[in-house]
Amino acid sequence: MNIFDILGPVMVGPSSSHTAGAARMGYMTRRLLGEEPVRAHIGMYGSFAATGKGHGTDKALVGGLMGMQPDDMDIPASFKIAKERGLEVEIGTVTLRDAHPNTAVITAEGASGRSVKVQASSLGGGRIMINKLDDIEVNCSCEIPTLIIHNQDTPGYVADITLRLLEHDVNIANMSLYRRKRGGVAVMVIEVDQPIPAETIKRLESRKGIIKVTYIDIGEN
Amino acid sequence: MGFGSLKEILAVCEQYEISFCEAVLRDDISERGVTQEESVSEMNRLWQQMKLSANSYDRCDRSASGLSGGDGGKMRDRADAGCISGGFMGKVIASALEMGECNACMKRIVAAPTAGSCGVLPAVLINYANEYDAPEEKIVEALYTAAGIGQVIAERASIAGATGGCQAEIGTASAMAAGAVVYLSGGDSEAICHAAAMALKNLMGLVCDPVGGLVEVPCVKRNVIGAINAISAADMALAGIKSKILPDDVIDAMKDVGDKMHSSLRETGEGGVAGTHSAREQISKMQF
Repeated sequence: MNIFDILGPVMVGPSSSHTAGAARMGYMTRRLLGEEPVRAHIGMYGSFAATGKGHGTDKALVGGLMGMQPDDMDIPASFKIAKERGLEVEIGTVTLRDAHPNTAVITAEGASGRSVKVQASSLGGGRIMINKLDDIEVNCSCEIPTLIIHNQDTPGYVADITLRLLEHDVNIANMSLYRRKRGGVAVMVIEVDQPIPAETIKRLESRKGIIKVTYIDIGEN
Repeated sequence: MGFGSLKEILAVCEQYEISFCEAVLRDDISERGVTQEESVSEMNRLWQQMKLSANSYDRCDRSASGLSGGDGGKMRDRADAGCISGGFMGKVIASALEMGECNACMKRIVAAPTAGSCGVLPAVLINYANEYDAPEEKIVEALYTAAGIGQVIAERASIAGATGGCQAEIGTASAMAAGAVVYLSGGDSEAICHAAAMALKNLMGLVCDPVGGLVEVPCVKRNVIGAINAISAADMALAGIKSKILPDDVIDAMKDVGDKMHSSLRETGEGGVAGTHSAREQISKMQF
């Protein structure tokens, strides 16, 4: 932990895990969706389900979905703001197996019809982990620039994508591959040390067999 | 990777003939790859935010559960009118309650090291700055001192109530504030470590027993003991009193106690005051 994990974050209370982390989870879901959400379903699990109301976890998740950061003073009023902005939210509880006690499953849908399902957990101090993306295990924190690629589970994608990163001198910090079944949809999570240029992302998106490219760089906003 | 022990920080202070806070600052610069200006401006931002948060207190605010609010105002009145603790301590008590209540009422605060313990450092530092006319730069340096202590505790033990109990949250905040006050009052790096050790020792064993699992009861008032304990420990260290147990050993002992603490006493809202009949009554009356 660096000293600004000890002092900080600046956040709306009352809990770094149940409020600040929840706001970040909502915000990351928004980024993964890549557009303004118009509908969302939030399922809370464990301690989130038990103490979420008193911690404003629900308000923080909704605030995050609308792009609010953990220190946004509008978080306590997020339900009202969501109504004004036309974001329909349904909040309930969810039953999961082997999940971290501070977990939520968020399904968000944009105006274009595009949707994303995120299962994330709040680890404390406002830090989070995205455990599943569209039901596929991913386990990434998105604390450094992260590239998430959904592709057909056939040979060549890893070589092709890493070569594109090499062309731009982008160093890979961590890389994981996930799939639900052989030959189905595979997910590649690549955490990198340097930002990836927009045109590289575009080129990846147009490659045959690549279903979705999501790039998250918290530094860019 | 930051410092693994207070002893390591003291060794760096000695080797380069620098202050405790300078050692922490230099480490941050190399660790995060930032310039000195970037690091100091971030720390200054946190200090400015602590003051803004303190000013945002409104005695009419109540938390969503209805458990918190208004106590800071009551204590502020008594501190102003004159209280047994005395003028300075009375203000520290009021400030600690106010910040704890700001947090419970979803105001913007600075986690230091956690949201539940966010009242300790500002209660001590804001009142110290006012009382002793401490310049801003000096307070920012004191925050580096505090952060260095907190970082070592996080590294060797924990700063999460769910892992180590309240001793890991309020105890750590208190140790950080104790070191900061020693620095501000001209104590040397060794005295800073002894103040932190004494503060941590005196809160050792404190359990995390939040009523209904919420960061309110007893968390808000625990910020008071964290702040008062910090000032006492700082005064002892400044008097030349040392912790007979080496500071790093005290941190390890805190971890040991946390490891042995039953899970009902680690932020589950089951044991301690959270498990009492009155707690259950309060929960049944909650407004949601």
